[in-house]
Amino acid sequence: MEGFKRAYYIARKDLKAYYFKPPLVSWGLMLPFVFILAFYLRNPQGIADLSPGLVGLTLLFSTTSMAAIVISFEKRIDALERLLMAPIHLRTIIFGKALGTAAFGFGMGLFTLLVVFFLFNLHAYHLFSLLIALLLSCFAFGFVGILISVGVREVFEAMTLSNFFRLPMIFLCGVFFPVTAMPWILQVVGFALPLTYSVDALRQSLLGRGGILPYWLDILILLAYCMVLFEIATVIFRKRAQE
Amino acid sequence: MEYREMIQVKGLCKRFGEIQAVDQLEFSVREGEIFGFLGPNGAGKTTTIRMLVGLLSPDSGSARIDGHDVLREPVRAKQSVGVVPESSNLYGELSALDNLIYMAQLYGVPKKEWKQRAEELLKDFNLLDRREGKFQGFSRGMKRRLTIAAALVHHPRILFLDEPTTGLDVMGARGLRGVIKKLKEKGVTVFLTTHYIQEAEELCDRVAIIVKGKIRFTDTPDGLKEKVKETEVLEIQPHPFSPNLLQLMEGVPDVEKTTVVEDRIRFYGASVHNSVCQILNRLEAKGIKILSIRTMVPTLEDAFVKMTGVDAEAMRADKPMKMGGMG
Repeated sequence: MEGFKRAYYIARKDLKAYYFKPPLVSWGLMLPFVFILAFYLRNPQGIADLSPGLVGLTLLFSTTSMAAIVISFEKRIDALERLLMAPIHLRTIIFGKALGTAAFGFGMGLFTLLVVFFLFNLHAYHLFSLLIALLLSCFAFGFVGILISVGVREVFEAMTLSNFFRLPMIFLCGVFFPVTAMPWILQVVGFALPLTYSVDALRQSLLGRGGILPYWLDILILLAYCMVLFEIATVIFRKRAQE
Repeated sequence: MEYREMIQVKGLCKRFGEIQAVDQLEFSVREGEIFGFLGPNGAGKTTTIRMLVGLLSPDSGSARIDGHDVLREPVRAKQSVGVVPESSNLYGELSALDNLIYMAQLYGVPKKEWKQRAEELLKDFNLLDRREGKFQGFSRGMKRRLTIAAALVHHPRILFLDEPTTGLDVMGARGLRGVIKKLKEKGVTVFLTTHYIQEAEELCDRVAIIVKGKIRFTDTPDGLKEKVKETEVLEIQPHPFSPNLLQLMEGVPDVEKTTVVEDRIRFYGASVHNSVCQILNRLEAKGIKILSIRTMVPTLEDAFVKMTGVDAEAMRADKPMKMGGMG
């Protein structure tokens, strides 16, 4: 319980200290909005089908940006050492960082959903399932962001490396066209990326149709991603701290 | 007299590639004392402190902090400890008050005490009127004071200070030394790394001298000076001064070692007085005047130079400010 409390304090501090950093706002929110606007202007009728992918993109960009900025910035100013010197387990620190990231992404995701609901007169097919999919996606992408930022020194390096992973995901994970419609080699890559399962779960809970896998399987796979990425992040974090 | 040992280090080793940063360290720090870890840059002081506070794992050996093994019970060991790292690394975007409250949260201070404790520390460190000011806008001295305050928020029994006065002006450094003395009065055990010999002499109850990862001597400052009391120290201020004058002094009888201190030359030896004439003759032959000449009681610096062979000037040189930790 004490560990959860301290993870919460770490997350709260990150949100307070870094919430309004320009890269967070621009990459977390602006890019998905530009996509929404561009696709709406091109095909207003098709925006409902695109909305799960756009929400998934918002989650991906906002969470990975948050993790990249917070961790690489704190590494650069030695502030991350302060956490490592505190009487807190490394797992609690990683979880706290992921919690802050996930909370920010969750907020951005909800905001995007509200805009989509309001502007395009949509509603959630299954709200509870939607919130679960949102939350797990945020944590999974948050751990991806943590993994990326642990390996770099500067904030801009983290953003560059994040984009190396994020930009291909836009086209490989079912955001704009179904994964199953791609050549088989790209399908293999697509099914290896967490955004695929996030978009699939969001699509089913938001629209009630169009899933490639059953919703529960998407959720289980996202959960597995969270656990595996958490473990890898902890191991790499510990290793890097010793160097 | 029986002492409770707050820090016990046995056979601690750490290697980075080809460099043996710390080699078989053995020492203990008693409750309530200021223990100085004195050595030139790169001697292994910071590596030692990083192992003791759980940032680095030793290759071998063990360390206990307040009775807790730093490897087996890291969280308990860290709970007893406050750490003031070499760089003032609080959160620039947070105010002084928020920084201290955050530290209180991380160190498990009860919620009802957060604000009270933070304000108490801000008052003690003359920062109460800047409580809402962001850390990034503070002067270097203020940042240092707040960093020390942050390390004390949970009433630690042991305080680690890594080069606390490096980069501070004279007044700032003096004020900080006053703070350290007050902490000792309150019963806090202080582990201080420094490359300023005078600072160690002024503050420390005991000093360990570390060179190239090994502890050469551990004693009180007076005890260390006692070890070289048979040594005479002669100090000459030549004009014009040049460090090359040391070469001119090579081979002077009864002189065991020569060092440069600012614009003066110091000669060490058991009977240096016998060689005064020869030293003066050598300088006169080169047309060099003597502005002052005096014999001195050995200081801790002299003891350090005699025992380690490390040049005191090299010790005084500040190391470059650290720009990154992990990664």
